[in-house]
Order: sequence, then structure tokens, then C-alpha cells
Amino acid sequence: MSETNGNSRSKLHGLWALTNRELKKWYKEPVLFLLSMIQPILWMGLLGKSMNLSALIPTNIPGLDSKTLMQQTFGTSDYFSFMAVGMIGMTALFTTMFSGMSVVWDRRLGFLNKALSTPVSRAVIIFSKVLSATLRSMFQAGIIILIAVAFGLQFGADFNPLNILGVFAIIFLLCVGLSSLFIAITIRSTRMETPMAVMNLINLPMMFASNAFFPGKLMPDWLQNVVQVNPLSYTNDAVRQLLIVNTVDYTQLLLDFACVGVFAVIVATIGIVLSWRFLSK
Amino acid sequence: MTGDALVVEGLTKVFNKNLVAVDHVNFTVKEGEIFGFLGPNGAGKTTTINMLITILKPTEGKASVLGFDIAKQNNDVRNVIGIVPQEYTADEDLTGLENILLCADLYGIPRNVAKERAMDLLKLVELTDFKDKKVETYSGGMRRRLELACGLINRPKVLFLDEPTLGLDVQTRTATWEYIRKLKKEFGMTLFMTTHYLEEADALCDRVAIIDHGKIIVVGSPAELKHNLGGDLITLAIKENDDVSGLIQKVEHVKEVRKEDGTYRIKAEVGEITTPLIIEALQKKGYAVMRLSLTEPTLNEVYLEYTGRSMRDAEESRENAMTQRMVRMRRTH
Repeated sequence: MSETNGNSRSKLHGLWALTNRELKKWYKEPVLFLLSMIQPILWMGLLGKSMNLSALIPTNIPGLDSKTLMQQTFGTSDYFSFMAVGMIGMTALFTTMFSGMSVVWDRRLGFLNKALSTPVSRAVIIFSKVLSATLRSMFQAGIIILIAVAFGLQFGADFNPLNILGVFAIIFLLCVGLSSLFIAITIRSTRMETPMAVMNLINLPMMFASNAFFPGKLMPDWLQNVVQVNPLSYTNDAVRQLLIVNTVDYTQLLLDFACVGVFAVIVATIGIVLSWRFLSK
Repeated sequence: MTGDALVVEGLTKVFNKNLVAVDHVNFTVKEGEIFGFLGPNGAGKTTTINMLITILKPTEGKASVLGFDIAKQNNDVRNVIGIVPQEYTADEDLTGLENILLCADLYGIPRNVAKERAMDLLKLVELTDFKDKKVETYSGGMRRRLELACGLINRPKVLFLDEPTLGLDVQTRTATWEYIRKLKKEFGMTLFMTTHYLEEADALCDRVAIIDHGKIIVVGSPAELKHNLGGDLITLAIKENDDVSGLIQKVEHVKEVRKEDGTYRIKAEVGEITTPLIIEALQKKGYAVMRLSLTEPTLNEVYLEYTGRSMRDAEESRENAMTQRMVRMRRTH
């Protein structure tokens, strides 16, 4: 039948069109784009710079060197560098959350139903949301690194420009997982409020119960357990290993990638299966 | 080559195991006709359309579009149908042309073909001058036309229109009717539309079905349905005080005569032929007709006859009401 219509296509047709639809809203609106960058800048600028933790360490005690102590605690002598990396994960968290909300929007405006009545695959509809959120987050991660460098991020001794690719790889995995999770939460909703509440409930704890602002190993035991199952922690750790630490712990880095990868595969599978089932009800 | 575009047999949708939205519905739509689907809010119109356009799975029964089963061959169905939804689904942040090309991509139409078709469609719906303007600057009528263009991008053989003129002013509504007539004439398309506006169904549809409480109550051409109501109503008064009921009753085609306060209310099958016959009969006996009017029943009467007069607001689903609110909201800003 498709031949008679002059329509020929692969299983994945429409994926880029739908992804680009989301992305266009963002790159065609410079104001929106700039606004979305302000938040991480504020966090980095205000929190990262105001919490001048090295100033807490007295300089007059013999044998106590603030640089060494900071190094031992944060893996870098500069708290700002530590915290700037946390911002990458945080931005990914918020960007993927909004990608979840756009599903509700599409449903309410009828776009979802329209897309469902075309021969585009249900999986493609979901993938496009995941992909657009992921691409956005990866781009934002790049911008944050640039801004952080401008603000004084100190690269570690082991840093190699190719490590940036590793950063993008782990952000990709994290975002695929997170956006699938958020889409699975929102796909049944017809209103904004419920998923918004659920996401806020997930987001802040997920951010603070991670090593975004403070090393997990210094937290109370019970919290450490949470930090250890939080994919954000592994992402942050991997990015720190790749960017700011002086000696990369390759076993840990491998573990980070494995954990975030497993998280992405499991959550994406669950999310996509759930969404798919719901879309073809 | 003409056959049935839609065949619906025992189609049923039950929500949450107890809410019967569509209850064993049967009808066929012939190829090339405009078929109207009428009914009060919550009658099951949108649920039926959603099953036919393959976004809802029927609980029971089956239906086919041009021979393709909506459940088993849903991708074939999706290829041959076009949809013009009730809502304005076009993306406000994109231009008119970008929106049409996005629709084309969803059908997997190659870019060069899509561009050519998009330009033709923009011309058809008279949006060529606005193709590079963002949809947020469009008026309600322009948005509706854009939806129409999007729905036609895959050259559908069956086009579904869900309340195509909802909330449009009289001018835009009349213009939309013209587009719909043009589609039928130029492309020989089958059109399936739902509407609340009965004069719209009367003006456009070859046949209509009235659905209420999930069941089809009656199917037929607007003329047939009106005819079934018992024909036209002639009201007349004469100068003289005599009772002429018996005289009128004997006139050909007259079915019923009632005298109320000196006025005769006459039900007759073909009003425009019967009226002169009545006048002639009265004049022959020397009576002078003082006042006379002829009313043909509208589809409104047919509709109310079958669905009753009670309001249905309470049965309207929450989601539906919300969508309406959104439509209004977008239109006003």
C-alpha cells in the first residue's frame, strides 16, 4: 500500500523529524536557550564560589595543609571544580524532567493522538523524546564545561582532551535512563500537576543524595547507601575522574560506566515497554 | 471500483471494564461519500473515531477501512487515512510549512515529494503567503486549514474530520465547507466527519448516523431522515369562520390536519406541491386564504426526535472538557 502512496520508509522513519521538532523549540529560541543556561551558572557561581570550603581549614596548625586536606576530601584542591562537575549531572536531571513533561503537553494538545494515527512506530515516538532530551543535555554539558573553565575549573594532571568524549558518553547513558524514567511516569497523565509533583519528589533528593555537592564517603552511613544506588553519583564520579582528578582510578571509572550503563539499559527497557504498551492500548 | 470504504460490525469499546462508550455499533460508509456522525456529547463519537483511526483498540467487534482490518492491519489503515483532529495540533513554535513537512515525515514521505505536496496543499487551503510564519501568529481559521493540509499530506483515501468547524465563525465555517466539498469532488475521497452542527451535516453529508449512549439510533440521508419525521408543516388561516378541516384532509399528500385558534396546522409529505393544491381546493369552494407558511423540518428536529432534549453536559468526559478549554485558551492568546 505504501508504494501506491509514494511513501517508502524504514522502521525508524520519523525519528529525526520528531526529535528535531523538540530540539527546534530550543535552538530556535535563543532567549529560552540562554535562560536554561542561567540556572547552572547561578549554581556554579553562587554556590560553588560562595562555599569556599578551603577557607574553613586553619592555616596556622602545623602539619595541616589545606591543599592536601581538600585533595583528600574532594579529589581536587578546588571545591569549585568539584561542584561544577556536579552541575552537569544536575542539568541533565532537570532537562530530562522537562522532556517528560512535554509528553503531557503533546497529549493535551492532541499531537500525540495525531502522531499515533500515522504509520510512525510507537517506539519512535518514545525514542524521539529520549533522544532529544539526551542531545540537549549533552550539549548543555559541553556549555557547562566551557563556562566552568572560564570560571576557573582546574583540570586534573591526567586530563586529556579526549576525556571529553568519555564525559559525553556517560551523560548519554545517564540521560537515556533518566528520560525513559520520566516519560514512563508521565505518559499516562493528562495533567501537569501530578507528574510535576512526582518529579519534584524524585529530583531534589536525587540531587542531594548524590555526590553532586559533597563526597558521599563523608555522609552518614544510611545516606551513603542511598548515594551508592544513585546513578547520578556514578555519573558525577566518572566525570570527575575524567576531568579534574590528578590520578584516575581506572577500576572505579570502569565501575561507574558499568553502573550507569546497567541503569540506562534497565530503566530504558522498562520505560519504553511501559510506554509502548500504554500507547498501543 | 466503488465499494465500501468503512465496514463496522459490532464495534464495542468498554473503558475500565464497566463504562460502555460504544455499544455494538454497525454501519458502512460507501466509497466517495461524505458520512456524518452526529450525537450529543459523550455519545461515543470520538471513541468510535479513535478506534477507526487505530489509536484505540476495540474491546469487541471489528471494523475495516478499505478492506484493512483496524486491529490486525493497523499500519495499512494508517497509510490510507488522514486525520483532521478536533484540536489544533500544529506546533505553535514551528511555521506552517514546517508543520506540514513534519506530518510528511511521520508518513515517511521523501523530502522532495513532501515539499511539492506541501506547496500544493498550502495553495489549496490558501496559506501560501503565511507558510513561513510561525503557527502562533495564525488565526483559528488558518489553524484549522493547516490541520486540513496536514491531514491530506499522505493523499489519504479516507479522511476523518472530528468536529472540523468547532468554534469557527460563520465565514470560516462556510469556507471550510467549500474545502470539504472540493476534496470530495477533486480527489473522490471518502469523508467521515463528526459534528455538532446539524446544518453542517445537512449541507455536506450524503448520509448521517445518529449515535447516542454508544448505540447507533438511525442511519440515512438527511432527506430520508427528515422525511421519516412525517413531512412538512403547512400553517394557514382563512378569512371565513367555517371549519374546513375536512376539505383540506381530502387534498392529495395531506397526512394530518389540526385546527388551533383559527389556524390550521397541516402535516403533508411534499409541502411545496401540496400547498398550491390546498389553496386551489379552498378557492374552489370560495374560501380566501389569509395567511400561509410552509416549514420543512430541519435535521435539528430529526436529531431531537431521536436523542431527546435533555442536556448532556454532565456526561462529557473530563479530558474532553479540558481539551476544549485548551483549544479556547490557545485561540484567545
